[in-house]
Amino acid sequence: MTMPRTLYDKLVDSHKVCDLPDGEMLLYVDLHVMNEYTSPQAFSGLDEKGLPVWKPESHLAVVDHVNATRGRAAPDAASQLLIDNLGKNCAQHGIALYGLGDPRQGIEHVVVPEQGLVAPGMVIVCGDSHTTTYGAFGALGFGIGTSEVEHVLATQTLRYRRMKNMRVTVSGDLAPGVVAKDIIMKVVQVVGAGGANGFAVEFAGEAIRSQSITGRMTICNMAVELGARAALIAQDDVSHAAVKGPYVNPAEDWHSDPGAPFDRNVEINGAEIAPLVSWGTSPDQSVPVDALVPEPDATLPKAQESHGRALDYMGLIAGTPMTDIAIDRAFIGSCTNSRIEDLRQAAAILKDRKVADGVTAIVVPGSTMTRLAAEAEGLDVVFRDAGFDWRPEAGCSMCLAMNDDVAMDGERVASSTNRNFEGRQGRGARTHLMSPAMVAAAAVKGRIADVRAFVEHKDL
Amino acid sequence: MPTHVTGRAAPFPLSNIDTDVIMPKRFLRTITREGLADGVLADLRFDTEGNENPDFVLHRPAFRGAEILVVGDNFGCGSSREHAVWGLKQLGIKAIIGTSFAGIFYDNARKNLLVLASISPSARDAVLQAIAEQPLDVAIDLDQKQVRWDDQSVPITIDQATQRALVEEREDVSDTLSLNAQIREFEAKRPNKLVVRVPK
Repeated sequence: MTMPRTLYDKLVDSHKVCDLPDGEMLLYVDLHVMNEYTSPQAFSGLDEKGLPVWKPESHLAVVDHVNATRGRAAPDAASQLLIDNLGKNCAQHGIALYGLGDPRQGIEHVVVPEQGLVAPGMVIVCGDSHTTTYGAFGALGFGIGTSEVEHVLATQTLRYRRMKNMRVTVSGDLAPGVVAKDIIMKVVQVVGAGGANGFAVEFAGEAIRSQSITGRMTICNMAVELGARAALIAQDDVSHAAVKGPYVNPAEDWHSDPGAPFDRNVEINGAEIAPLVSWGTSPDQSVPVDALVPEPDATLPKAQESHGRALDYMGLIAGTPMTDIAIDRAFIGSCTNSRIEDLRQAAAILKDRKVADGVTAIVVPGSTMTRLAAEAEGLDVVFRDAGFDWRPEAGCSMCLAMNDDVAMDGERVASSTNRNFEGRQGRGARTHLMSPAMVAAAAVKGRIADVRAFVEHKDL
Repeated sequence: MPTHVTGRAAPFPLSNIDTDVIMPKRFLRTITREGLADGVLADLRFDTEGNENPDFVLHRPAFRGAEILVVGDNFGCGSSREHAVWGLKQLGIKAIIGTSFAGIFYDNARKNLLVLASISPSARDAVLQAIAEQPLDVAIDLDQKQVRWDDQSVPITIDQATQRALVEEREDVSDTLSLNAQIREFEAKRPNKLVVRVPK
């Protein structure tokens, strides 16, 4: 009788080339995705060693991190160098590049599912921490550093250490107005920013199952914010229907066996999740939108210190209602929330409404194909009429502000992104994470706003 | 590298220090691994004009030139950027002592022979207390898997593979390529419907 196994262990087992000393293994990589800023030193490492790329057809490169999204001209010479360098490396090694001007270009984790390059049972790696996104399809995706990018280019494998298994079950029905972004922000809040270090996390329960593939991608994407090295959702009809490409891995049923052992189980009642907004500088520092900026916990002196530091950076006073916090900018985009469904949810809030005076609002579709699909259904008009800047080029943009979309010192941003770190969106910039619909609501009110009020009272 | 790392230790005990803070984005527009020392913790070390922040721990006389950092929980979280590790090494940091490190950062550190020593929260607090009282050299012994200072010693949690990789300075790519026959054999058995061919 075979032992019951988790989905994660099945994925690892099915990609093990051989055991290595000291409990490591060689793990086979089905698809490797690259961007322009974490790959250059990997290619130069190959060149120094005189090594070829092992299997060029199983790699994809995109330009997404540094490019401008107002137009195709690079923001500066250094960014142009990164873009040109990726083109040179891909040409030299025969690797597919979806660069600027290519109709398939966009944020890597939006492009890969859109182009049908992910299927259940795959292993996908990328020099980007949000590669956990592919768990939505029952594929093992995880981020790697540049040295490992070089390793996978040269060998199509990684030297790998098996993670522990954690299951996060979100049970029950979600309340009206609560979306996938709220689920994952709740999970990050409960488990903590480093609470899943060393774990692969499988998401289970009705509240997860009821999510579309887009919602599942949002959830798996941000699992890295709790430290998860991989995020997974078992294959089902939803993920099956979302597979667009020809790839099939028939080796297993891509779900955990009944009775499979998890090292840690976390249970969350989905019915108790409210729309969440981050108040601090770590993604686990969030509260329901109708709550107050929290007081530090006097029983935890260390947490108290980082709490105080976060309040200071964010320019907030404990006890302030979150909905009293005025914003300067609104940003909808990023690999977390820039897909067509995200844009529809935000547009539904913006229809027949206007962005508040003094708020600069931009929306950057996750890919060129996403933008064209949105324009085909008139979403661009809704955003433009409301006063949003509808960007013609796709990319990461103000999520990490590596291009020219940078928030100024002290500016406060309502953002559909994944990280509210100090300086993430610009030196001194203050990020509040929330769902795309909540960003739209905040843009209209000029302050953080409860999306539920917008849905219930259309004339608000 | 030798099995021992010894150096002046500086306290930097904030929790959840992420790689955006360790290496801000304006230093990432580069195609080399070099020139990143000034980027390390730049927004904390320097003001907007580029002047040193005299209060930053590595600019205080007792800790200037420190080669070991004693850090808070979940150090290195966030972005996968290996530039964070390259910069720390270029700044002269040889080892970091903490309670927990984010996974990608941990693996990046190993590839670059930056020693990350995980110790218990109470042990970390003891080290912090010791170095707060007087400038102090701390030793990390990868052989005995211990952090030592004065007459104290506490155990390091480190997996065998990482310990060996640090001590033996293995060249992973060439080591793996010596297994090329196994990789070819694995590939030959892959179902054709799973072999990814990215359209150009």
